[in-house]
Amino acid sequence: MTMIPTETGHAPARPRLPRALVPLANILGFLWRSPTSAFGLIVLGLLIAMALLGPVLAPYDPYAQDLQATLQAPSAAHWFGTDELGRDILSRLLFGAAITLRIIFLVTIVVGPIGMAVGTVAGYFGGRVDTVLMRVTDIFLSFPSLILSLAFVAALGPSLNNAIIAISLTAWPPIARLARAETLTFRKADYISAARLQGASPARIIWKSIVPMCLPSVVIRLTLNMATVILTAAGLGFLGLGAQPPMPEWGAMIATGRRYMIDSWWLVTFPGIAILLVSLAFNLLGDGLRDALDPKQMNRR
Amino acid sequence: MTTPLAIENLSMRFGAVTVLPDVSFEVAPGECFGLVGESGSGKSTILLCVSMLLSGWEGRIAIGGRAVRDMSLMERCRSLQMVFQDPYGSLHPRQSVRAALSEPVRIHRLGDVDARLEQVMTDVGLPVSFLDRYPHQLSGGQRQRVAIARALILEPSILLLDEPTSALDVSVQAEILNLLQRLRAEKGFTCLMVSHDLAVVDYMCDRFAVMQHGEITEILPRSAILPNAATHPYARQLIDASIAYENAM
Ligand SMILES: Nc1ncnc2c1ncn2[C@@H]1O[C@H](COP(=O)(O)OP(=O)(O)OP(=O)(O)O)[C@@H](O)[C@H]1O
Ligand SMILES: [Mg+2]
Repeated sequence: MTMIPTETGHAPARPRLPRALVPLANILGFLWRSPTSAFGLIVLGLLIAMALLGPVLAPYDPYAQDLQATLQAPSAAHWFGTDELGRDILSRLLFGAAITLRIIFLVTIVVGPIGMAVGTVAGYFGGRVDTVLMRVTDIFLSFPSLILSLAFVAALGPSLNNAIIAISLTAWPPIARLARAETLTFRKADYISAARLQGASPARIIWKSIVPMCLPSVVIRLTLNMATVILTAAGLGFLGLGAQPPMPEWGAMIATGRRYMIDSWWLVTFPGIAILLVSLAFNLLGDGLRDALDPKQMNRR
Repeated sequence: MTTPLAIENLSMRFGAVTVLPDVSFEVAPGECFGLVGESGSGKSTILLCVSMLLSGWEGRIAIGGRAVRDMSLMERCRSLQMVFQDPYGSLHPRQSVRAALSEPVRIHRLGDVDARLEQVMTDVGLPVSFLDRYPHQLSGGQRQRVAIARALILEPSILLLDEPTSALDVSVQAEILNLLQRLRAEKGFTCLMVSHDLAVVDYMCDRFAVMQHGEITEILPRSAILPNAATHPYARQLIDASIAYENAM
Protein backbone atom coordinates (compact mmCIF):
# COMPACT_ATOMS: atom_id res chain seq x y z
CA MET A 1 0.00 0.00 0.00
CA THR A 2 1.45 3.36 -0.93
CA MET A 3 1.90 5.72 1.97
CA ILE A 4 1.35 9.39 1.61
CA PRO A 5 4.39 11.27 2.89
CA THR A 6 3.53 12.88 6.19
CA GLU A 7 5.37 16.07 5.26
CA THR A 8 2.26 17.22 3.42
CA GLY A 9 0.49 17.27 6.77
CA HIS A 10 2.71 20.00 8.14
CA ALA A 11 1.58 22.59 5.64
CA PRO A 12 0.68 25.75 7.55
CA ALA A 13 -2.96 25.78 8.60
CA ARG A 14 -5.05 28.18 6.57
CA PRO A 15 -6.29 31.18 8.54
CA ARG A 16 -9.58 30.38 10.27
CA LEU A 17 -11.68 33.50 9.78
CA PRO A 18 -11.74 33.57 5.97
CA ARG A 19 -12.68 29.91 5.95
CA ALA A 20 -15.66 30.66 8.17
CA LEU A 21 -16.69 33.50 5.87
CA VAL A 22 -16.55 31.44 2.69
CA PRO A 23 -20.08 30.01 3.10
CA LEU A 24 -21.48 33.47 3.87
CA ALA A 25 -19.86 34.94 0.77
CA ASN A 26 -21.19 32.04 -1.29
CA ILE A 27 -24.71 32.55 -0.01
CA LEU A 28 -24.64 36.28 -0.69
CA GLY A 29 -23.23 35.66 -4.16
CA PHE A 30 -25.94 33.13 -4.87
CA LEU A 31 -28.68 35.47 -3.66
CA TRP A 32 -27.26 38.28 -5.73
CA ARG A 33 -27.51 36.27 -8.94
CA SER A 34 -31.29 35.84 -8.79
CA PRO A 35 -33.21 39.07 -9.49
CA THR A 36 -35.91 38.55 -6.86
CA SER A 37 -33.60 37.77 -3.97
CA ALA A 38 -31.23 40.52 -5.14
CA PHE A 39 -34.20 42.88 -4.72
CA GLY A 40 -34.66 41.51 -1.21
CA LEU A 41 -30.97 42.07 -0.46
CA ILE A 42 -31.12 45.65 -1.77
CA VAL A 43 -34.17 46.53 0.32
CA LEU A 44 -32.61 44.93 3.40
CA GLY A 45 -29.39 46.84 2.72
CA LEU A 46 -31.37 50.07 2.32
CA LEU A 47 -33.19 49.39 5.58
CA ILE A 48 -29.91 48.89 7.42
CA ALA A 49 -28.40 51.98 5.77
CA MET A 50 -31.47 54.00 6.71
CA ALA A 51 -31.33 52.77 10.28
CA LEU A 52 -27.63 53.62 10.58
CA LEU A 53 -27.56 56.86 8.61
CA GLY A 54 -31.15 58.01 9.27
CA PRO A 55 -30.16 60.66 11.82
CA VAL A 56 -27.61 62.06 9.36
CA LEU A 57 -29.78 61.87 6.25
CA ALA A 58 -33.04 63.08 7.74
CA PRO A 59 -33.70 66.66 6.63
CA TYR A 60 -35.72 67.48 9.77
CA ASP A 61 -36.02 66.43 13.38
CA PRO A 62 -38.67 63.67 13.30
CA TYR A 63 -40.21 64.95 16.55
CA ALA A 64 -40.18 68.68 15.69
CA GLN A 65 -43.71 69.94 15.31
CA ASP A 66 -44.48 72.82 13.01
CA LEU A 67 -48.11 73.77 13.43
CA GLN A 68 -47.76 76.34 10.64
CA ALA A 69 -47.11 73.55 8.13
CA THR A 70 -49.47 70.69 8.99
CA LEU A 71 -50.69 68.20 6.37
CA GLN A 72 -48.51 69.65 3.61
CA ALA A 73 -48.57 67.70 0.36
CA PRO A 74 -45.24 66.35 -0.92
CA SER A 75 -43.12 69.25 -2.14
CA ALA A 76 -39.50 70.24 -2.58
CA ALA A 77 -39.23 71.21 1.09
CA HIS A 78 -40.98 68.08 2.37
CA TRP A 79 -40.49 65.29 -0.17
CA PHE A 80 -43.05 63.03 1.44
CA GLY A 81 -45.19 65.83 2.93
CA THR A 82 -45.93 66.54 6.57
CA ASP A 83 -48.33 65.00 9.06
CA GLU A 84 -51.11 66.50 11.19
CA LEU A 85 -48.57 68.06 13.55
CA GLY A 86 -46.33 69.37 10.76
CA ARG A 87 -43.63 66.74 11.24
CA ASP A 88 -41.66 65.76 8.16
CA ILE A 89 -42.77 62.31 7.02
CA LEU A 90 -39.50 61.44 5.27
CA SER A 91 -37.54 62.11 8.45
CA ARG A 92 -39.98 60.05 10.46
CA LEU A 93 -39.70 57.17 7.97
CA LEU A 94 -35.91 57.28 8.20
CA PHE A 95 -35.98 57.17 11.98
CA GLY A 96 -38.65 54.46 11.86
CA ALA A 97 -36.27 52.17 9.97
CA ALA A 98 -34.16 51.78 13.13
CA ILE A 99 -37.28 50.78 15.08
CA THR A 100 -38.28 48.21 12.47
CA LEU A 101 -34.76 46.83 12.42
CA ARG A 102 -34.71 46.63 16.20
CA ILE A 103 -37.99 44.67 16.17
CA ILE A 104 -36.63 42.27 13.55
CA PHE A 105 -33.33 41.81 15.34
CA LEU A 106 -34.77 41.25 18.81
CA VAL A 107 -37.51 38.93 17.61
CA THR A 108 -34.99 36.87 15.64
CA ILE A 109 -32.53 36.41 18.49
CA VAL A 110 -35.34 35.44 20.86
CA VAL A 111 -37.43 33.27 18.54
CA GLY A 112 -34.65 31.42 16.70
CA PRO A 113 -32.89 29.93 19.74
CA ILE A 114 -36.12 29.19 21.65
CA GLY A 115 -37.80 27.51 18.69
CA MET A 116 -34.66 25.61 17.81
CA ALA A 117 -34.06 24.44 21.39
CA VAL A 118 -37.63 23.28 21.98
CA GLY A 119 -37.91 21.58 18.59
CA THR A 120 -34.59 19.74 18.60
CA VAL A 121 -34.92 18.58 22.22
CA ALA A 122 -38.46 17.32 21.57
CA GLY A 123 -37.44 15.61 18.35
CA TYR A 124 -34.24 14.05 19.66
CA PHE A 125 -35.57 12.67 22.95
CA GLY A 126 -39.04 11.79 21.71
CA GLY A 127 -41.42 10.04 24.12
CA ARG A 128 -42.71 12.01 27.05
CA VAL A 129 -40.37 14.99 26.58
CA ASP A 130 -41.71 15.32 23.05
CA THR A 131 -45.33 15.05 24.16
CA VAL A 132 -45.01 17.71 26.85
CA LEU A 133 -43.07 20.18 24.72
CA MET A 134 -45.33 19.75 21.72
CA ARG A 135 -48.53 20.18 23.75
CA VAL A 136 -47.15 23.48 25.07
CA THR A 137 -46.32 24.46 21.50
CA ASP A 138 -49.83 23.50 20.39
CA ILE A 139 -51.36 25.75 23.02
CA PHE A 140 -49.41 28.72 21.69
CA LEU A 141 -50.14 27.74 18.09
CA SER A 142 -53.87 27.43 18.63
CA PHE A 143 -54.32 31.19 19.07
CA PRO A 144 -54.07 33.52 16.11
CA SER A 145 -50.78 35.31 16.65
CA LEU A 146 -52.18 38.83 16.53
CA ILE A 147 -54.85 37.98 19.11
CA LEU A 148 -52.28 36.38 21.41
CA SER A 149 -49.94 39.35 21.03
CA LEU A 150 -52.85 41.64 21.78
CA ALA A 151 -53.60 39.75 24.95
CA PHE A 152 -49.97 39.84 26.05
CA VAL A 153 -49.55 43.52 25.35
CA ALA A 154 -52.83 44.29 27.04
CA ALA A 155 -51.56 42.43 30.11
CA LEU A 156 -48.03 43.86 30.05
CA GLY A 157 -48.96 47.39 29.08
CA PRO A 158 -48.51 48.97 25.66
CA SER A 159 -44.93 49.75 24.68
CA LEU A 160 -42.53 48.83 21.92
CA ASN A 161 -40.53 46.43 24.08
CA ASN A 162 -43.66 44.68 25.27
CA ALA A 163 -44.82 44.38 21.68
CA ILE A 164 -41.50 42.72 20.82
CA ILE A 165 -41.87 40.30 23.74
CA ALA A 166 -45.44 39.55 22.73
CA ILE A 167 -44.51 38.94 19.10
CA SER A 168 -41.65 36.67 20.15
CA LEU A 169 -43.97 34.66 22.36
CA THR A 170 -46.23 33.98 19.43
CA ALA A 171 -43.55 33.48 16.78
CA TRP A 172 -41.51 30.62 18.25
CA PRO A 173 -44.03 27.74 18.01
CA PRO A 174 -43.89 27.33 14.21
CA ILE A 175 -40.09 27.35 14.41
CA ALA A 176 -40.18 24.68 17.11
CA ARG A 177 -42.53 22.53 15.03
CA LEU A 178 -40.27 22.87 12.03
CA ALA A 179 -37.10 22.04 13.99
CA ARG A 180 -38.81 19.01 15.51
CA ALA A 181 -39.99 17.72 12.15
CA GLU A 182 -36.50 18.13 10.73
CA THR A 183 -34.94 16.42 13.74
CA LEU A 184 -37.28 13.46 13.40
CA THR A 185 -36.17 12.85 9.83
CA PHE A 186 -32.56 12.23 10.78
CA ARG A 187 -32.41 11.33 14.45
CA LYS A 188 -32.13 7.68 13.41
CA ALA A 189 -29.40 8.46 10.87
CA ASP A 190 -26.14 6.55 11.11
CA TYR A 191 -24.13 9.69 11.81
CA ILE A 192 -26.20 10.29 14.95
CA SER A 193 -25.59 6.66 16.01
CA ALA A 194 -21.90 7.18 15.30
CA ALA A 195 -21.88 10.30 17.48
CA ARG A 196 -23.58 8.35 20.28
CA LEU A 197 -20.98 5.60 19.93
CA GLN A 198 -18.24 8.17 20.35
CA GLY A 199 -19.63 9.00 23.76
CA ALA A 200 -21.17 12.36 22.87
CA SER A 201 -23.73 13.59 25.40
CA PRO A 202 -27.26 14.35 24.16
CA ALA A 203 -26.56 18.07 24.51
CA ARG A 204 -23.46 17.71 22.38
CA ILE A 205 -25.27 15.66 19.75
CA ILE A 206 -28.08 18.20 19.56
CA TRP A 207 -25.68 21.12 19.33
CA LYS A 208 -23.09 19.65 17.01
CA SER A 209 -25.05 17.25 14.84
CA ILE A 210 -28.70 18.22 14.87
CA VAL A 211 -28.67 22.02 15.04
CA PRO A 212 -26.46 22.39 11.92
CA MET A 213 -28.90 20.20 10.01
CA CYS A 214 -31.94 22.20 11.15
CA LEU A 215 -30.31 25.59 10.78
CA PRO A 216 -30.94 26.22 7.06
CA SER A 217 -34.65 25.54 7.18
CA VAL A 218 -35.00 27.47 10.43
CA VAL A 219 -33.19 30.45 8.92
CA ILE A 220 -35.42 30.29 5.85
CA ARG A 221 -38.52 30.05 7.99
CA LEU A 222 -37.39 32.92 10.24
CA THR A 223 -36.77 35.09 7.19
CA LEU A 224 -40.19 34.29 5.76
CA ASN A 225 -41.75 34.90 9.18
CA MET A 226 -40.18 38.35 9.36
CA ALA A 227 -42.81 39.60 6.96
CA THR A 228 -45.49 38.50 9.42
CA VAL A 229 -43.52 39.91 12.34
CA ILE A 230 -43.27 43.31 10.67
CA LEU A 231 -46.96 43.27 9.85
CA THR A 232 -47.86 42.22 13.39
CA ALA A 233 -45.64 44.95 14.83
CA ALA A 234 -47.26 47.44 12.48
CA GLY A 235 -50.67 46.09 13.45
CA LEU A 236 -49.90 46.48 17.16
CA GLY A 237 -48.56 49.96 16.48
CA PHE A 238 -51.71 50.71 14.50
CA LEU A 239 -53.90 49.58 17.40
CA GLY A 240 -51.90 51.77 19.76
CA LEU A 241 -50.47 48.76 21.61
CA GLY A 242 -46.95 48.87 20.19
CA ALA A 243 -44.71 51.86 19.84
CA GLN A 244 -46.25 54.85 21.57
CA PRO A 245 -46.56 58.33 20.08
CA PRO A 246 -44.55 60.28 19.23
CA MET A 247 -42.25 57.41 18.21
CA PRO A 248 -42.03 57.25 14.42
CA GLU A 249 -42.96 53.57 14.13
CA TRP A 250 -44.42 52.88 10.70
CA GLY A 251 -47.57 51.13 11.87
CA ALA A 252 -48.30 53.86 14.38
CA MET A 253 -47.77 56.47 11.67
CA ILE A 254 -50.45 54.79 9.56
CA ALA A 255 -52.73 54.64 12.58
CA THR A 256 -52.55 58.37 13.23
CA GLY A 257 -52.61 59.14 9.54
CA ARG A 258 -55.80 57.23 8.79
CA ARG A 259 -58.02 60.04 10.13
CA TYR A 260 -56.68 62.32 7.43
CA MET A 261 -56.43 59.63 4.78
CA ILE A 262 -59.16 60.95 2.47
CA ASP A 263 -57.63 64.41 2.00
CA SER A 264 -53.96 63.69 2.73
CA TRP A 265 -53.05 60.40 1.07
CA TRP A 266 -49.32 60.78 1.78
CA LEU A 267 -49.78 60.24 5.53
CA VAL A 268 -50.56 56.55 5.12
CA THR A 269 -49.13 55.84 1.69
CA PHE A 270 -45.42 56.27 2.43
CA PRO A 271 -45.28 54.26 5.67
CA GLY A 272 -47.52 51.72 3.96
CA ILE A 273 -45.13 51.37 1.05
CA ALA A 274 -42.21 51.06 3.47
CA ILE A 275 -43.91 48.21 5.35
CA LEU A 276 -44.90 46.55 2.09
CA LEU A 277 -41.38 46.75 0.66
CA VAL A 278 -39.67 45.42 3.75
CA SER A 279 -42.04 42.51 4.24
CA LEU A 280 -41.90 41.69 0.52
CA ALA A 281 -38.10 41.82 0.67
CA PHE A 282 -38.02 39.30 3.51
CA ASN A 283 -40.36 36.99 1.62
CA LEU A 284 -38.17 37.10 -1.48
CA LEU A 285 -35.01 36.67 0.57
CA GLY A 286 -36.51 33.65 2.28
CA ASP A 287 -37.31 32.11 -1.08
CA GLY A 288 -33.80 32.83 -2.33
CA LEU A 289 -32.24 31.33 0.81
CA ARG A 290 -34.19 28.14 0.22
CA ASP A 291 -32.11 27.61 -2.93
CA ALA A 292 -28.89 29.02 -1.53
CA LEU A 293 -28.76 27.01 1.71
CA ASP A 294 -27.98 23.66 0.25
CA PRO A 295 -24.84 22.03 1.64
CA LYS A 296 -23.18 21.88 -1.75
CA GLN A 297 -23.69 25.60 -2.23
CA MET A 298 -22.52 26.54 1.24
CA ASN A 299 -19.23 24.73 1.26
CA ARG A 300 -18.18 25.38 -2.28
CA ARG A 301 -14.91 27.20 -2.43
CA MET B 1 -6.15 -14.05 27.71
CA THR B 2 -9.77 -13.13 28.38
CA THR B 3 -12.36 -13.51 25.67
CA PRO B 4 -12.61 -10.17 23.88
CA LEU B 5 -16.30 -10.56 23.14
CA ALA B 6 -18.73 -13.03 24.66
CA ILE B 7 -22.46 -13.08 24.01
CA GLU B 8 -24.60 -15.30 26.21
CA ASN B 9 -28.31 -15.92 25.78
CA LEU B 10 -28.89 -12.60 24.05
CA SER B 11 -32.55 -12.05 23.30
CA MET B 12 -34.19 -9.01 21.79
CA ARG B 13 -37.74 -8.21 20.86
CA PHE B 14 -39.41 -5.28 19.14
CA GLY B 15 -42.88 -5.12 20.67
CA ALA B 16 -44.46 -8.50 20.08
CA VAL B 17 -41.88 -9.64 17.52
CA THR B 18 -38.94 -11.59 18.89
CA VAL B 19 -36.04 -10.82 16.57
CA LEU B 20 -33.34 -12.65 18.50
CA PRO B 21 -34.70 -15.55 20.58
CA ASP B 22 -31.47 -16.76 22.17
CA VAL B 23 -28.04 -16.08 20.72
CA SER B 24 -24.73 -17.14 22.23
CA PHE B 25 -21.23 -17.11 20.79
CA GLU B 26 -17.72 -16.07 21.65
CA VAL B 27 -15.09 -14.30 19.60
CA ALA B 28 -11.45 -15.24 20.17
CA PRO B 29 -8.66 -12.65 20.63
CA GLY B 30 -7.56 -11.05 17.38
CA GLU B 31 -10.13 -13.02 15.47
CA CYS B 32 -12.46 -11.74 12.78
CA PHE B 33 -15.84 -13.33 13.35
CA GLY B 34 -18.41 -13.22 10.55
CA LEU B 35 -22.18 -13.16 10.70
CA VAL B 36 -23.99 -14.27 7.56
CA GLY B 37 -27.58 -15.14 6.86
CA GLU B 38 -30.65 -14.03 5.02
CA SER B 39 -31.94 -10.50 5.14
CA GLY B 40 -33.90 -9.80 8.31
CA SER B 41 -32.28 -12.60 10.26
CA GLY B 42 -31.10 -10.18 12.94
CA LYS B 43 -27.44 -9.70 12.10
CA SER B 44 -27.48 -5.92 12.39
CA THR B 45 -29.58 -6.20 15.53
CA ILE B 46 -26.80 -8.19 17.22
CA LEU B 47 -24.33 -5.39 16.45
CA LEU B 48 -26.75 -2.77 17.76
CA CYS B 49 -27.20 -4.74 20.99
CA VAL B 50 -23.46 -5.20 21.45
CA SER B 51 -22.84 -1.49 20.91
CA MET B 52 -25.74 -0.58 23.24
CA LEU B 53 -27.33 1.52 20.51
CA LEU B 54 -30.26 -0.74 21.34
CA SER B 55 -30.60 -1.22 25.07
CA GLY B 56 -33.77 -3.25 25.51
CA TRP B 57 -32.11 -6.65 25.22
CA GLU B 58 -31.76 -9.43 27.78
CA GLY B 59 -28.87 -11.74 28.40
CA ARG B 60 -25.23 -10.94 28.89
CA ILE B 61 -22.70 -9.32 26.57
CA ALA B 62 -19.16 -9.02 27.86
CA ILE B 63 -16.12 -7.29 26.42
CA GLY B 64 -12.85 -8.57 27.81
CA GLY B 65 -14.78 -10.22 30.63
CA ARG B 66 -16.66 -7.04 31.64
CA ALA B 67 -20.40 -6.81 31.02
CA VAL B 68 -21.16 -3.92 28.63
CA ARG B 69 -24.05 -2.89 30.85
CA ASP B 70 -21.63 -2.27 33.73
CA MET B 71 -19.21 -0.20 31.69
CA SER B 72 -19.41 3.58 31.77
CA LEU B 73 -20.27 5.25 28.49
CA MET B 74 -16.70 6.51 28.04
CA GLU B 75 -15.16 3.14 28.77
CA ARG B 76 -17.55 1.39 26.41
CA CYS B 77 -16.86 3.83 23.60
CA ARG B 78 -13.14 3.33 23.93
CA SER B 79 -13.35 -0.45 23.86
CA LEU B 80 -15.86 -0.78 21.03
CA GLN B 81 -16.51 1.09 17.81
CA MET B 82 -18.60 0.46 14.73
CA VAL B 83 -18.34 1.04 10.99
CA PHE B 84 -21.70 1.38 9.32
CA GLN B 85 -22.91 -0.04 6.08
CA ASP B 86 -23.58 3.14 4.18
CA PRO B 87 -20.71 5.63 4.10
CA TYR B 88 -23.12 8.18 2.61
CA GLY B 89 -25.25 8.11 5.74
CA SER B 90 -22.67 7.62 8.45
CA LEU B 91 -20.75 10.88 7.98
CA HIS B 92 -22.39 14.13 9.00
CA PRO B 93 -22.99 16.03 5.73
CA ARG B 94 -22.10 19.39 7.26
CA GLN B 95 -19.00 18.33 9.15
CA SER B 96 -15.59 18.39 7.56
CA VAL B 97 -13.42 15.33 7.94
CA ARG B 98 -11.40 17.28 10.51
CA ALA B 99 -14.50 18.04 12.56
CA ALA B 100 -15.74 14.45 12.35
CA LEU B 101 -12.41 12.98 13.44
CA SER B 102 -11.58 15.50 16.15
CA GLU B 103 -14.95 15.03 17.89
CA PRO B 104 -14.04 11.70 19.53
CA VAL B 105 -10.60 13.01 20.50
CA ARG B 106 -12.20 16.04 22.15
CA ILE B 107 -14.94 14.05 23.88
CA HIS B 108 -12.40 11.67 25.40
CA ARG B 109 -9.91 14.48 26.11
CA LEU B 110 -7.09 12.57 24.47
CA GLY B 111 -5.14 15.70 23.57
CA ASP B 112 -2.76 16.14 20.64
CA VAL B 113 -5.66 16.49 18.22
CA ASP B 114 -3.62 17.43 15.15
CA ALA B 115 -1.03 14.70 15.57
CA ARG B 116 -3.71 12.08 16.10
CA LEU B 117 -5.67 13.19 13.05
CA GLU B 118 -2.61 13.06 10.85
CA GLN B 119 -1.68 9.64 12.20
CA VAL B 120 -5.11 8.15 11.63
CA MET B 121 -5.43 9.65 8.14
CA THR B 122 -2.09 8.09 7.23
CA ASP B 123 -3.25 4.81 8.76
CA VAL B 124 -6.28 4.62 6.52
CA GLY B 125 -4.33 5.75 3.47
CA LEU B 126 -5.82 9.20 2.93
CA PRO B 127 -3.79 12.35 2.30
CA VAL B 128 -3.75 14.70 5.28
CA SER B 129 -5.03 17.49 3.02
CA PHE B 130 -8.39 15.66 2.89
CA LEU B 131 -8.99 16.77 6.49
CA ASP B 132 -10.53 19.96 5.18
CA ARG B 133 -12.93 18.25 2.82
CA TYR B 134 -16.61 17.66 3.35
CA PRO B 135 -18.22 14.26 2.78
CA HIS B 136 -19.79 15.31 -0.53
CA GLN B 137 -16.28 16.05 -1.80
CA LEU B 138 -15.19 12.43 -1.23
CA SER B 139 -15.83 9.23 -3.15
CA GLY B 140 -17.68 6.35 -1.50
CA GLY B 141 -14.47 4.47 -0.78
CA GLN B 142 -12.81 7.56 0.66
CA ARG B 143 -15.82 8.15 2.88
CA GLN B 144 -15.65 4.61 4.17
CA ARG B 145 -11.96 5.18 4.93
CA VAL B 146 -12.93 8.25 6.94
CA ALA B 147 -15.57 6.20 8.77
CA ILE B 148 -12.93 3.58 9.57
CA ALA B 149 -10.54 6.31 10.74
CA ARG B 150 -13.25 7.70 13.00
CA ALA B 151 -13.82 4.27 14.51
CA LEU B 152 -10.11 3.58 15.02
CA ILE B 153 -9.09 6.94 16.44
CA LEU B 154 -10.29 5.81 19.89
CA GLU B 155 -8.16 2.66 19.57
CA PRO B 156 -10.97 0.20 20.37
CA SER B 157 -10.29 -3.43 21.10
CA ILE B 158 -13.46 -4.50 19.25
CA LEU B 159 -14.53 -3.25 15.85
CA LEU B 160 -18.08 -3.95 14.71
CA LEU B 161 -18.53 -3.91 10.95
CA ASP B 162 -22.01 -3.89 9.44
CA GLU B 163 -21.55 -4.83 5.78
CA PRO B 164 -18.74 -2.29 5.46
CA THR B 165 -18.31 -2.81 1.73
CA SER B 166 -21.76 -3.65 0.41
CA ALA B 167 -22.47 -0.05 -0.63
CA LEU B 168 -19.25 0.12 -2.62
CA ASP B 169 -18.10 -0.82 -6.06
CA VAL B 170 -16.31 -4.20 -6.37
CA SER B 171 -12.81 -2.81 -6.92
CA VAL B 172 -13.26 -0.35 -4.05
CA GLN B 173 -14.55 -3.22 -1.90
CA ALA B 174 -11.23 -5.01 -2.31
CA GLU B 175 -9.29 -1.88 -1.29
CA ILE B 176 -11.36 -1.44 1.85
CA LEU B 177 -11.05 -5.12 2.77
CA ASN B 178 -7.29 -4.96 2.27
CA LEU B 179 -7.17 -1.87 4.43
CA LEU B 180 -9.15 -3.60 7.19
CA GLN B 181 -6.88 -6.64 7.02
CA ARG B 182 -3.76 -4.51 7.25
CA LEU B 183 -5.11 -2.43 10.14
CA ARG B 184 -6.17 -5.58 11.97
CA ALA B 185 -2.66 -6.96 11.64
CA GLU B 186 -1.13 -3.64 12.78
CA LYS B 187 -3.44 -2.78 15.66
CA GLY B 188 -4.59 -6.23 16.70
CA PHE B 189 -8.25 -5.43 17.27
CA THR B 190 -10.95 -8.07 17.17
CA CYS B 191 -13.68 -7.85 14.51
CA LEU B 192 -17.30 -8.82 14.44
CA MET B 193 -18.41 -8.45 10.85
CA VAL B 194 -21.77 -8.78 9.16
CA SER B 195 -21.74 -9.64 5.50
CA HIS B 196 -23.97 -11.00 2.79
CA ASP B 197 -21.06 -12.03 0.69
CA LEU B 198 -19.38 -15.34 1.49
CA ALA B 199 -16.40 -14.32 -0.65
CA VAL B 200 -15.85 -11.40 1.74
CA VAL B 201 -16.25 -13.69 4.72
CA ASP B 202 -13.81 -16.14 3.15
CA TYR B 203 -11.29 -13.34 2.72
CA MET B 204 -11.72 -11.63 6.08
CA CYS B 205 -13.07 -13.99 8.72
CA ASP B 206 -11.50 -16.82 10.67
CA ARG B 207 -14.86 -18.21 11.73
CA PHE B 208 -18.41 -17.29 10.89
CA ALA B 209 -21.91 -17.97 12.15
CA VAL B 210 -24.81 -18.72 9.80
CA MET B 211 -28.01 -17.11 11.02
CA GLN B 212 -31.62 -17.83 10.21
CA HIS B 213 -34.68 -16.25 11.86
CA GLY B 214 -32.56 -14.77 14.63
CA GLU B 215 -30.89 -18.03 15.57
CA ILE B 216 -27.38 -19.20 14.92
CA THR B 217 -27.72 -22.43 12.99
CA GLU B 218 -24.05 -23.26 12.83
CA ILE B 219 -20.62 -21.77 13.54
CA LEU B 220 -18.06 -22.75 10.90
CA PRO B 221 -14.37 -22.09 10.29
CA ARG B 222 -13.33 -20.37 7.09
CA SER B 223 -11.96 -23.65 5.74
CA ALA B 224 -15.49 -25.09 5.70
CA ILE B 225 -16.66 -22.82 2.89
CA LEU B 226 -15.13 -24.36 -0.23
CA PRO B 227 -15.64 -28.03 0.59
CA ASN B 228 -19.02 -27.00 2.03
CA ALA B 229 -18.51 -28.82 5.29
CA ALA B 230 -21.67 -27.39 6.86
CA THR B 231 -23.98 -29.90 8.50
CA HIS B 232 -27.10 -27.79 9.08
CA PRO B 233 -29.33 -27.85 5.97
CA TYR B 234 -29.81 -24.08 5.83
CA ALA B 235 -26.07 -23.41 6.15
CA ARG B 236 -25.35 -26.00 3.42
CA GLN B 237 -27.93 -24.41 1.15
CA LEU B 238 -26.51 -20.91 1.72
CA ILE B 239 -22.94 -21.98 0.98
CA ASP B 240 -24.02 -24.03 -2.08
CA ALA B 241 -25.96 -21.10 -3.46
CA SER B 242 -23.00 -18.82 -2.94
CA ILE B 243 -20.51 -21.18 -4.59
CA ALA B 244 -22.88 -21.71 -7.53
CA TYR B 245 -23.19 -17.95 -7.87
CA GLU B 246 -19.41 -17.47 -7.79
CA ASN B 247 -18.97 -20.12 -10.47
CA ALA B 248 -21.65 -18.59 -12.65
CA MET B 249 -19.88 -15.21 -12.56
N1 LIG C 1 -36.83 -0.81 15.16
C1 LIG C 1 -37.41 -1.98 14.78
N2 LIG C 1 -38.70 -2.23 15.07
C2 LIG C 1 -39.28 -3.38 14.71
N3 LIG C 1 -38.67 -4.36 14.05
C3 LIG C 1 -37.38 -4.20 13.73
C4 LIG C 1 -36.68 -2.98 14.06
N4 LIG C 1 -35.41 -3.09 13.62
C5 LIG C 1 -35.34 -4.29 13.02
N5 LIG C 1 -36.50 -4.96 13.09
C6 LIG C 1 -36.76 -6.31 12.58
O1 LIG C 1 -35.77 -7.13 13.09
C7 LIG C 1 -35.41 -8.12 12.14
C8 LIG C 1 -33.90 -8.18 12.02
O2 LIG C 1 -33.42 -6.98 11.50
P1 LIG C 1 -31.89 -6.77 11.16
O3 LIG C 1 -31.73 -5.37 10.72
O4 LIG C 1 -31.09 -7.21 12.33
O5 LIG C 1 -31.69 -7.77 9.93
P2 LIG C 1 -30.35 -8.07 9.13
O6 LIG C 1 -30.04 -9.49 9.39
O7 LIG C 1 -29.31 -7.07 9.47
O8 LIG C 1 -30.85 -7.89 7.66
P3 LIG C 1 -30.04 -7.26 6.43
O9 LIG C 1 -29.10 -8.31 6.00
O10 LIG C 1 -31.10 -7.02 5.40
O11 LIG C 1 -29.37 -6.01 6.90
C9 LIG C 1 -36.09 -7.75 10.84
O12 LIG C 1 -37.14 -8.65 10.63
C10 LIG C 1 -36.62 -6.37 11.07
O13 LIG C 1 -37.85 -6.22 10.46
MG1 LIG D 1 -28.43 -5.34 8.38
